[in-house]
Amino acid sequence: MRSIASLLGRRVLQALLAALFVSSLCFFMVRFLPGDIAFDIASGRYGQEMTTQAAAAEVRAELGLDKPMAAAWLSSVSALARFDLGRSYTLGKPVWGLIREQLGHTLQLSGLAMLFSLLIGPPIGIIAALRPGGLVDRLNLLGSALLRALPPFATGIILIIIFAASLHWLPAAGHTQRGTIILPALTLALGLAAVSSRVVRSAMIDVARSAYFHFPLTKGLPLSTVVLRHGVRNMAVPVIAHLAMQFVYLIEGAIVVETLFAWPGIGHALSHAVRERDIPLIQGAVLVMAILFVLFNMVIDLVLVALDPRMRAG
Amino acid sequence: MMGGWPRRIAAALLIAIAAFALAGPVLIGLDPAQQDLGRTLMPPGGGDLLGTDNLGRSLLARLAQAAQISFLLALLSVSSAAIAGVSTGLAAAWWGGWMERILVAIADMMLAIPGLLLVFLLIAFAPGEVWLIYAAISLTLWIEYFRVVRATARPILAGSEVQAARLLGFGATYIIRRHVLPEVAPLLLTLMAYGAATTVLAVASLGYINVGIHPPTAELGQMMSEYFPYYRAAPWLIAAPITLLATGLLCLALLASRDKPQ
Repeated sequence: MRSIASLLGRRVLQALLAALFVSSLCFFMVRFLPGDIAFDIASGRYGQEMTTQAAAAEVRAELGLDKPMAAAWLSSVSALARFDLGRSYTLGKPVWGLIREQLGHTLQLSGLAMLFSLLIGPPIGIIAALRPGGLVDRLNLLGSALLRALPPFATGIILIIIFAASLHWLPAAGHTQRGTIILPALTLALGLAAVSSRVVRSAMIDVARSAYFHFPLTKGLPLSTVVLRHGVRNMAVPVIAHLAMQFVYLIEGAIVVETLFAWPGIGHALSHAVRERDIPLIQGAVLVMAILFVLFNMVIDLVLVALDPRMRAG
Repeated sequence: MMGGWPRRIAAALLIAIAAFALAGPVLIGLDPAQQDLGRTLMPPGGGDLLGTDNLGRSLLARLAQAAQISFLLALLSVSSAAIAGVSTGLAAAWWGGWMERILVAIADMMLAIPGLLLVFLLIAFAPGEVWLIYAAISLTLWIEYFRVVRATARPILAGSEVQAARLLGFGATYIIRRHVLPEVAPLLLTLMAYGAATTVLAVASLGYINVGIHPPTAELGQMMSEYFPYYRAAPWLIAAPITLLATGLLCLALLASRDKPQ
């Protein structure tokens, strides 16, 4: 099992390097941004009139801006190693607490989006694969191409216009009302299903063409048994390998879709933080999403090794 | 299933969009930021071909300006990323050793951060600055070129043809031009089409979140967020940028799908 150990080691190293990269970028951002950031933060915290030189100096000391560069950078790395993400400039609260809450909302939204997309994508892909070039296949190709050509926020705008503003079936945005999660989840799910249906389709066609699929059929096993025993597992390899791309789509989509629907998740927080230049919050949000992404990739690596014995040898 | 004609149509449409982006602003000759509060939300077909927006600005002029910015940014980002990625990929495959390991580690590290997230992180240095948008997008795009070129070039450079060429005394430039680039070139075209689509999407996403190109300069994503509230009074306002963006991306996807589209 040396290969598994080296797989895991590589992912852990990747996560550590990425965390170091993100935090260093944010560190330099604080130092090199034009204007006196300590003054800005102090005025954000105490109000424009209450901001004195003393208050700014206090913030400067808190950020370590009075220390030499190398020492300050080391202390920022050690803060990161202690999982200390600092306080949000604009909200004044610890970043960890904010992100934990937002992450819950984002996971809820992405989980439902994933579920919707599983209900839409793979079934359509399998039906399309049964008759390649048939009506379902062509419609699927067209729909998938159109959906892929729309950024998630444009899909969301169209869904809002149809389902919320014209038909009045669903609430358009927000978080408190019942059912507000459905439209943003559906927006993301359509984008996911646009790709996953095609991936499932071509995986299914490849499997159905192979000798290991035809042999048990010729020998007289019923189709359902053949699909379950020889089809699904082989088909799963490309489909699961593709999940990593779907996760990228979910993360990137969450930023714009949560903003469109005013869903209080981590993507919404990130777009606010970028606008307000709330650097600790940006750092926290990007770090958490990047580490989640690497973890997800690690799980996919392991599942692929478990599914496909050929990957264990190499 | 799909012959050559969808790709030909896609190429023709892309050329039309490029022409609109490059020549449109000059040909239309209207200031896309010029407001006329007496003539707001005018329907298409009147004096202004596509009507006017909520501030009485010409929609056609704004679309042309937005198309120009997205097009130029895509062109610049994709070519910079391709040059950087191809040269580092070739260097890694040619020299190997520590340099290759360091380059691979850098690429791996950046791959841990999904592209748009990295762009958002970098854009926070100076929201709205065009050069920074360009730099951030190029920085996320080069990795693909690096990985593909390195993976393609390595087996070729280790193969017997290149070994023979080396024994015959041919230099690096000749070997790379003669043996490596012909294999890499068709892959590059696909990557560039995807890269252009990624750039256009990223620019629109930044604009939509209001951290992209500064208003009053028109930008597709920012137009969508600005015109969405008027979808009932003036549906053509929101339809125009969405249609332009979707057409461009659809054509790029058709060009990128080399054999059978998935």
